[in-house]
Amino acid sequence: MSAFNGRNRSEPAISTASLPDIVFMLLFFFMTVTTISNNELLVENELPMATTVNTLDKKDRLIEIYVGMPKQELAKTLGNAPRIQLNDQIAQITDIGPFVLQELSKKPESIRNFVTVALKVDKNVKVGMVADIKKELQEVHVYKVNYTTHQGESGNQKF
Amino acid sequence: MADIAFLLLIFFLVTTTIETDKGLDRKLPQEDNQTSIVVNERNVFRISLNKYDQLLVEEKIMSTNQLKDQVIAFLDNGGEVGTDGTYCDYCKGSRNPELSDNPKEAIIVLNSDRNASYGMYVKIQDQLAAAYNTLRNREAQRLYGQDFDQMEDRYYAPESNASEKSILKERVETIRSLFPMNISEAELNVQSQNQNL
Repeated sequence: MSAFNGRNRSEPAISTASLPDIVFMLLFFFMTVTTISNNELLVENELPMATTVNTLDKKDRLIEIYVGMPKQELAKTLGNAPRIQLNDQIAQITDIGPFVLQELSKKPESIRNFVTVALKVDKNVKVGMVADIKKELQEVHVYKVNYTTHQGESGNQKF
Repeated sequence: MADIAFLLLIFFLVTTTIETDKGLDRKLPQEDNQTSIVVNERNVFRISLNKYDQLLVEEKIMSTNQLKDQVIAFLDNGGEVGTDGTYCDYCKGSRNPELSDNPKEAIIVLNSDRNASYGMYVKIQDQLAAAYNTLRNREAQRLYGQDFDQMEDRYYAPESNASEKSILKERVETIRSLFPMNISEAELNVQSQNQNL
């Protein structure tokens, strides 16, 4: 027993003095990488991979369109077919034109010409659906699009 | 102190969704821009994607990994003999009579079935862009000793100053005009044109 006591006495407690520093460091890390998305995703959004990517413009110059299968918990009400999400609502294909124009009118005049539509489309969605969206965009004379992807080799995966 | 920091930390941990801010920038064609042009069949490179995500390139079935090299061979062919009897001077291709006259006239036509998957479509777009990038980088290295994507990055970087930008602008535009990206997704009416005309 005395052997244990002896050892315990000589062992110092772990200093927690640097703990706030570490926590702050982590805090700042997460604060900087966080982009708080203002809308909750209702659709699956597994983006494809690409290597020759450009970095997107600033967030205020973007109009985002999400396309994908409804999330599993919503599949009962929304079905299994791919759906379009604009802001925080599921929308029809015909809603895209008015939505884009409305978003565009919210932007300051000086940047309206630089606005890009970011198509955040799940990789399992069919091309036809994307083609329909592009057609809608052409009809409202919005031509700059960005196929949002993850950066990286798709490797041996199918895509 | 540490408690508050922890609280904030946990908040940010929970709300964080590291969003990607990368993607392929493309410009959609203007709808009213329906002028018809006469295109020589050899200047057209056809890619079709069917509903099973299979690729047909110039009437041959192909995997996406081979696509980039094929596109480079097509664009860089430089088969046209100019009026003064010289070839396109920066093309290093094989001058195959089946492939393009010169990169400025070459058009890539991409037809995809409505039921093909978007992932595959993006992969093809990516491969095409990679082919153009390879060629543009080569020319940029030859003319300016710098890679084209680096030049572009510098050009769009907010910290570059005006004089640097004006030089870069000219260079970027020169390179782009050497290998303009002509990708069409529309149905193309190719009029069979006699080679000797």
